[in-house]
Amino acid sequence: MFKNELIIDNRKFKSRLMIGTGKFQSNEIMKQAIEASGAEIVTVALRRVDIENPEDDLLKHIDTNKFLLLPNTSGARDAVEAVRLARLARAAGCEPWVKLEVTPDPYYLLPDPIETFKAAEILVKEGFKVLPYINADPILCKRLEEIGTVTVMPLGAPIGTNKGLKTVENLKIIIEQSNIPVVVDAGIGAPSHAAYAIELGADAVLVNTAIATAGDPVKMAASFKLAVEAACVARDAGMPTEKQYADASSPLTGFLRD
Amino acid sequence: MSFYDEIGKFNWSEVKEFIYSRNESDVLNVINKNTLSLEDFATLLSPAAESFLEPMAKEAHRITLQRFGKTIKIYIPMYVSNECVNSCVYCGFNVHNKFNRKTLTLDEVKRELEVIKKTGIKHILICSGEHPKKVSVDYLNEVVKLVRRDFSSIIIEVQPLDENEYRVLYNSGVDSLALYQETYNTDTYKEVHLGGKKTDYRYRLEAPERAAAAGLRTIGIGALMGLDDFRVEEFFVGLHARYLMRKFWKTHVTVSFPRIRDAEGHFKPKYLINDKNLVQSMLALRLFLHDVGLVISTREPAELRDKLIYLGVTQMSAGSKTNPGGYAAGEEEGKQFEVEDRRSAQEFIESVRKKGFDPVLKDWDSSFINAV
Repeated sequence: MFKNELIIDNRKFKSRLMIGTGKFQSNEIMKQAIEASGAEIVTVALRRVDIENPEDDLLKHIDTNKFLLLPNTSGARDAVEAVRLARLARAAGCEPWVKLEVTPDPYYLLPDPIETFKAAEILVKEGFKVLPYINADPILCKRLEEIGTVTVMPLGAPIGTNKGLKTVENLKIIIEQSNIPVVVDAGIGAPSHAAYAIELGADAVLVNTAIATAGDPVKMAASFKLAVEAACVARDAGMPTEKQYADASSPLTGFLRD
Repeated sequence: MSFYDEIGKFNWSEVKEFIYSRNESDVLNVINKNTLSLEDFATLLSPAAESFLEPMAKEAHRITLQRFGKTIKIYIPMYVSNECVNSCVYCGFNVHNKFNRKTLTLDEVKRELEVIKKTGIKHILICSGEHPKKVSVDYLNEVVKLVRRDFSSIIIEVQPLDENEYRVLYNSGVDSLALYQETYNTDTYKEVHLGGKKTDYRYRLEAPERAAAAGLRTIGIGALMGLDDFRVEEFFVGLHARYLMRKFWKTHVTVSFPRIRDAEGHFKPKYLINDKNLVQSMLALRLFLHDVGLVISTREPAELRDKLIYLGVTQMSAGSKTNPGGYAAGEEEGKQFEVEDRRSAQEFIESVRKKGFDPVLKDWDSSFINAV
């Protein structure tokens, strides 16, 4: 039976929705949206915060007793930079969890698979719980799993595009093959996209732009919460599988007898 | 191949003729497209497109919101020198203008930084006139070392440098470059740059490429609006931005829209650029290049800046003084140009907040750069 619980590296989370903190019009709205989303994992770009300063405007809006603050390395162009940022976050007192982003392309922030893998190897050896953001590449996912990352985070579509699950065929393979949680990250632009990812079997989704840039971010966060929960219940109920041919309620061969 | 070769494929007069030949039905066709060609971009810069600024603005706002969210990145300039070897007819720092010239000592830089630090803004733009001896790479390096203690992002707006010089500054902590070609028209360029190294059109044009090759993360380009026909100038700005984005795919490109302001020497621009012209340029750029950063400085008045926030701008300066020592010593003399938005940094930041946008004071960390 499908449990409505996400487990990453033995740590349990009730919500399968993770939330990003970029693009919000204010930290107050961001805080309200996080609350409304029911998320327990909140990712923050290290370059946006003064990590050593608890009075940092963004950090003080996130209750770290309630949420797992997941620093991300966005802005890092290669493995060396990403590793350096992760170490800085840990040195400043963050838990050794890191969303690894190595995105040399500053526009669509597409991940560099080679540098991401290199950085993941180093960080895992140093004891980090690494959640790597990657393209929806099933082989890369297996390689990352083998070296000890605690999730894989394949993209549904390029960041900020709101286009939904454009990588769905690869996501299906990744979900089928993975022994660690699969978190669909990037591209999710509507609650229905998030629900679809969970229905497909993803363990969680990460959403930022769709919530932050909505007309009412708090209401949108709440709707994502409902959508993810609905999809979880649907999975629990046993999703009917897709079939190639229609399954007639009055079978054509029903007249045959043994 | 550099952008110099790329721009050589285009003829100024032909581009101009094309832009002025566009009609309203051409514009309508472009507005309904998702991806714009160079010709489409030129069409949006045409006089015919002026009737479509409202739908262009709505689309520009939508795209900007999607790509950047409700955020405005804030930076603050620090002028370290008004000494210059160039004779540019439009610039207050023109070598022939008579006023007290000054390059800040490192102690004076420290005093400026103490005041600037209090604004909370972590992105600083180091500006100077172009005087390679007084404002040498060694001098800039010393300034950068002081600046990086308290600021996360360092942008330089100084004379064009060689690639190895950019690399030295990058390794010290400079992450961004702002360098405007002023005009992309080679004839006009000659007319307004009468002396000094700046007369070398090509060396300036290729500087953003040298900086990107040296590792700098953000490259800001632009034309000084008023030196030539803005429609053609902005076409070449867009061409340049697209070239840089494609060739240096790891580098973020920003575009500025500086309009000529009154300055020492009181140059009267040949072309008057009104607010509508400025807005059309911004909107066309945003519709052409969805992810380019659009920058509006305190050259523009407060009321206009407040309205531009909804039209695609992503970065704005705040509380600017355009003369060396302007913050700590409160000196007024030796400005590069007159600032129009005279609000303090705090007032401006608050105004951005009130409009429902997040004024981003830090969006970079010097720890990205190895040597720092």
